[in-house]
Amino acid sequence: MNGSRAAPFAVWVLACLVLLFLVFPIFVIIPISFSGASYLQFPPESFSLRWYQEYFGGGGWWESTLLSFKIAIVVTFFATAFGTAAAFALVRSTFPGKAIVYGVLLSPIIVPSIITAIAVYFLFAPLHLVGNWWGMVLAHTVLAIPLVVVVVSASLSGFRIVLEQAAMGLGASPAVALWRVTLPIISPGIATAALLAFLASFDEVVVAIFLSGTNAVTLPKRMWDGVWLEITPVIAAASTIIIGLTVILFVAIEFLRRRSETIADGAPLVCQ
Amino acid sequence: MSEATVPSSFEMLKRVAHVPPSGGTRTHGLQNSAWLIIPALLFVLFFFVFPLGRMFLLSFIDPHLTLRHYAEFVRMPVYFRIMLNTFILALNVSLICLVLGYPVAYTINSMSPRTRRLFLIPVMLPYLMSLMVRTFAWMVVLGREGIVNQFLGTFDLGPFKLMNNSLGVYVGMIHYLLPLMILPLLNTMRTIDMRLVRAAEGLGATSFQVFVRVFVPLSLPGVAAGMCLVFIIALGFFITPALLGGLGNMTVSMLIENQVGIVLNWGFASALAVLLLFMTIVTLVAVTLLVRRVNHFWAIRGFRLIGGDS
Repeated sequence: MNGSRAAPFAVWVLACLVLLFLVFPIFVIIPISFSGASYLQFPPESFSLRWYQEYFGGGGWWESTLLSFKIAIVVTFFATAFGTAAAFALVRSTFPGKAIVYGVLLSPIIVPSIITAIAVYFLFAPLHLVGNWWGMVLAHTVLAIPLVVVVVSASLSGFRIVLEQAAMGLGASPAVALWRVTLPIISPGIATAALLAFLASFDEVVVAIFLSGTNAVTLPKRMWDGVWLEITPVIAAASTIIIGLTVILFVAIEFLRRRSETIADGAPLVCQ
Repeated sequence: MSEATVPSSFEMLKRVAHVPPSGGTRTHGLQNSAWLIIPALLFVLFFFVFPLGRMFLLSFIDPHLTLRHYAEFVRMPVYFRIMLNTFILALNVSLICLVLGYPVAYTINSMSPRTRRLFLIPVMLPYLMSLMVRTFAWMVVLGREGIVNQFLGTFDLGPFKLMNNSLGVYVGMIHYLLPLMILPLLNTMRTIDMRLVRAAEGLGATSFQVFVRVFVPLSLPGVAAGMCLVFIIALGFFITPALLGGLGNMTVSMLIENQVGIVLNWGFASALAVLLLFMTIVTLVAVTLLVRRVNHFWAIRGFRLIGGDS
């Protein structure tokens, strides 16, 4: 709390307008997906679930959704495991070339995704990894690792190492101390990282455009194909489902942040 | 972690330059944990650095060593113009994001923690929201038979052309990038020592003077960070200009996609990608150096102010 002055009224109004602009599209898409009209009508005059019926009933939307889930779950697993391990190495040890290694690990978030997409495409095309969901898993994992490294390093830097030392002083082996003390304390950070990795893969579209081929069409890729053909309310239904998922993950991340704040305060730990 | 639920990408950028401190003190637990870096490092080297390096080489090969692809870029003025347009677009978008984002960050910063949490939701939610969903939503809003034209149609106005032109590209990109401007701004504003503001008020400055001469200069690191982040991402933007733009709004990334997907000229696409990457890196380095100079400048000035030169 830094006790700033309240903003002048005009600034306040401007800020609210900008915030409205930011959420406006969400409030347009959701009602349209429940529209009974066969075109985009706003506000919808009749209510129906026909677009959701179409979404679940074929045309590949549901298959793409399942594929996106499958890819994102595998990506989350690998990226979280590799990224967390790397965060331990970066925070807990010194080794030659550490700064360079760190730069390399984070570089996928700085390089424009179109460049990553074509570079990986050039590599995967001769290896038959285009149109193969494993190809997408590999590329998405690379994009998700930096997110995990950054988030977990942050929680690990805030972790008080004395707690681990105390556990070992009381006779725990390093592995037990890690498993029973360190990992539980930084678990909100790891969980947040995992959710971000999931979202990064689930929503990724540029790499998917190049790697999905005809056999591994993810949900964002199907939306991309769809909007070129026709802007139908089915895409609004798909969007609404993605919005719902994002809101759930947002609430989960917010919950984890509060939890990690409680843990960081230390009180519950002392009691244990 | 700061107020923002997720560390903004800016923090990630910042951390590229600042390797996390390695404890210093000898830890007993995972003493030799350096090897834990290996899986992630190998993965990124194999599926990111290696393909990028290969693409770099590809840009010089046709089928022997050549500068042909780069020569083509120089020879055709249209390619240079696309590059320039991309640059101007990214610059304009980051300036507009600053103008729109600064008041938002300022307002949110001046709120009580509870209200602040509430007002952060409309920033954080779009920040996490799928790019494809957001772009599609704007197509629905701005399209020929879109929401805006339907609304205006009831007054017998229009239809107006609101997308497939620069307007659509700007609206879509600003909408996507605004949270990436607001979050670093907010992170910096939160660290501003408000005692300086109160001191200036106590010395008789008007609130406008306080804002311009105390608050704004102290928030400049956030401005630099936000501008840099937004600019870099805008440079490589692909989905939004492709869907909301017209023929005249081609960006470098669209040109690259076109060369790979339709023309099948991988060598030239690689050369374009190398140029785009070069532009991105130059921007990052330039901003880093600039921030260092500005910090230095203010450090001197701050020192003189405190020293009392009059």
